[in-house]
Amino acid sequence: MPGIVTDEIEIIRTPSGGRGGSSSDGSDGSGGRGGDGSGGSGGSGSVPQRTYITGMTVGLGGILMFFMALTSAYIVRKDIPNSGWHPLTVPRILWLNTAVLIASSFTLARARKLFKANDQRGFRHWWGVTTILGAFFLLGQIIAWQQLRAAGLFLATNPSSSFFYVFTAAHGLHLLGGVLALTYILFRPTHRLTKGTASEVGAMYWHFMDGLWVFLFLLFLLGR
Amino acid sequence: MSSHAHGAHAAHAMEAPTGFIRKYIFSVDHKVIGIQYFLLALAAVLVGIVLSVLMRLHLVWPNMHLPFVSGGLMTQEQYLSLVTMHGTIMVFFVLTTAPQGGFGNYFLPIQIGAPDMAFPRLNMLSFWVTFLAFVAILAAFVVPGGAPISGWTGYTPLSGLGEVTGPGEGWGQTMWIISISLFCLASLLGALNFIATLIDMRAPGMTLFRMPLTCWGWFVTAILGLLAFGVLLAGGILLLLDRSAGTSFFIPAGLVVNDQIQPHSGGSPLLWQHLFWFFGHPEVYIAILPGMGVASHVLSTFARKPVFGYRAMAMAICAIGFLGFMVWGHHMFVSGMSPYSGFAFSVLTMSIGVPSAIKTFNWLGTLWGGKIQFTTPMLFAIGFVSLFVSGGLSGLFLAQPAVDNLLHATYYVVAHFHLVMGVAAIFGIFAATYFWFPKMFGRMMNEPLGKVHFWFTFVGAYCIFMPMHWVGIAGGIRRYADASAVAYLQPLQPVHHFMTIAAFITASAQILFLINFFWSQKSGPKASKNPWNATTLEWITDSPPPHDNFAGHFPSVYRGPYEFSVPGVKDDFVPQNLPPQEVARTKE
Repeated sequence: MPGIVTDEIEIIRTPSGGRGGSSSDGSDGSGGRGGDGSGGSGGSGSVPQRTYITGMTVGLGGILMFFMALTSAYIVRKDIPNSGWHPLTVPRILWLNTAVLIASSFTLARARKLFKANDQRGFRHWWGVTTILGAFFLLGQIIAWQQLRAAGLFLATNPSSSFFYVFTAAHGLHLLGGVLALTYILFRPTHRLTKGTASEVGAMYWHFMDGLWVFLFLLFLLGR
Repeated sequence: MSSHAHGAHAAHAMEAPTGFIRKYIFSVDHKVIGIQYFLLALAAVLVGIVLSVLMRLHLVWPNMHLPFVSGGLMTQEQYLSLVTMHGTIMVFFVLTTAPQGGFGNYFLPIQIGAPDMAFPRLNMLSFWVTFLAFVAILAAFVVPGGAPISGWTGYTPLSGLGEVTGPGEGWGQTMWIISISLFCLASLLGALNFIATLIDMRAPGMTLFRMPLTCWGWFVTAILGLLAFGVLLAGGILLLLDRSAGTSFFIPAGLVVNDQIQPHSGGSPLLWQHLFWFFGHPEVYIAILPGMGVASHVLSTFARKPVFGYRAMAMAICAIGFLGFMVWGHHMFVSGMSPYSGFAFSVLTMSIGVPSAIKTFNWLGTLWGGKIQFTTPMLFAIGFVSLFVSGGLSGLFLAQPAVDNLLHATYYVVAHFHLVMGVAAIFGIFAATYFWFPKMFGRMMNEPLGKVHFWFTFVGAYCIFMPMHWVGIAGGIRRYADASAVAYLQPLQPVHHFMTIAAFITASAQILFLINFFWSQKSGPKASKNPWNATTLEWITDSPPPHDNFAGHFPSVYRGPYEFSVPGVKDDFVPQNLPPQEVARTKE
């Protein structure tokens, strides 16, 4: 139990050490990385950084299954013969949106690098740029929706447009959550960020949402 | 070591709350949340039992006057809404909620030596979203049109078209989808919490293969939930759009219902079945795996022997979880799938018999030669094994596409899944309740009353569901509200009478459990720390455990979970936290 191991148990723990598993956990978590509440999301004092990372990894697995279910539904629905599927030509602005979101992953990586170099100003600068790029992406998605509507393509017009709206809305909601989380971290006082848990976990989520969007975009382009 | 001191303080920086609301309602303590889940499941199971008894009554006395039904007679649609709501409430709010949300929440952190779940506030959120889901499903009874009629599987197109397909298909079905979607969300958050807790919060020395098998059950169940509930959520969203936004994901073109042509084009009802059963089959294991863990745990404790083949048992749980994702097609043999797919699903389904047999024989191996104490939890654990075998064997027949085509729409299937996942899982819950009640409430339950409850329930369950197999083989069609108009089903009616009487007696016997449960909380004899002389970490702390589970003295673990009757050791059990030098030995 990293972070809560008392000295007394630290001593008697030794005989059981070396049996693999969690015995190595103890030494790792109770050191400098031990949680101090900098984790952000959960806020329980004793939980070490590692646990937030595990939680985010597992959570992303659940999100992935959700989108994979939609993807398999898309593939099945598309291939039903004579089912009225008209391939959707994606609005051109999606190329720009995609570029913006990919760029945001690079600015995020730069922010994290500066964070590790203890450059708080630089970190906040690039973290802020990332957040704004994310907001621009969402704005671009809304413009894409408006362009489709102007072309007469609504949610129920065609199965292909149905899926397009479902995918972009589901991804957009997840990304909106990411933008809010990034904003929250941006305005956190420096002393709450020193362990880097929040930025680490936020970055995992952001890169995942970026990669997920690239996957969806390719699905719209190549799997019409 | 300042970081340790700091950590020890921070561990319960959240001190035990004192106000009523923070302590019992919006608590972040996993033990309180576990009991909340348990009580939710208890409320749900009472509703579910009433629905099932009403169904049984209607099957044998279709013209019985019921005071709460308008007109006094139950309509066929109302019967179908009972089928739907019974299945939904039992599967989601009882079999998923009690073993995992209830006992998993309460005992997983204690058994691995942690002060709480990894994310306590997320845990609270999971419970309250589950509660909202339960409110939403109950609301389906009272919305205009009443409860949905499309079964717990919500098959399209029946579930996708709205009121035109039946009275409950308007508001009732919408409430059903909302409820299930909320439930998915809550279960995903819960699963995330369980996995993170188990991976990162184990006590020093608590390696994976030193965990009690209950923890293995909860762990694999959480993984199944994580991977399955997102898929159902996706399906639920698409279904909701088909109903309310005019999309055509699941509704085919040219469908005419009640002389009205439906404005949909080219959707696939089978797509819903695939999405549903990709969730639905793992869901079966979500219901039963925690019970398997509890059965192993209880059998070992009361046979005073280690679990036979501990590693094989843990690996069998993993294998069942893994295979559980590849067999969903066996629910769809009658959908007209390619015979090659059917063959693949059939072979994979039967291969689950291998880890299941490993578990069964190891349970018997655990009992073999043990000094068996027939306590109430032990009886329920043995009952679990019995029901799992009886219900599981008929699964091998249904795994053959050719046989399933014949039996799919009959009571044979109803008998099969009620025994193997319904009643067996309930027996797992009962075993857990009788076993852990002293730890949860600090008092013992009444043993004689518990045994009477066991025998009524055990014999009763067999009396309901064994004849049901025969009714199914004889051609008794399931979901028929009233067989009196079907000539060839008439000879089966006496069997239905017998099953209804058995169901009534079995349901009534549950009152014994309720009396025992609530009376013992107030007036049962005080429980010691370790009334069963068991080995795992929940038994080294007070009954009930303090706010941080171990009052600051967090244990280290030195041995496996089931060291009973170790040769050369004085006591017949060795707690997991006892250092080797402190084990009292007999004189050589």
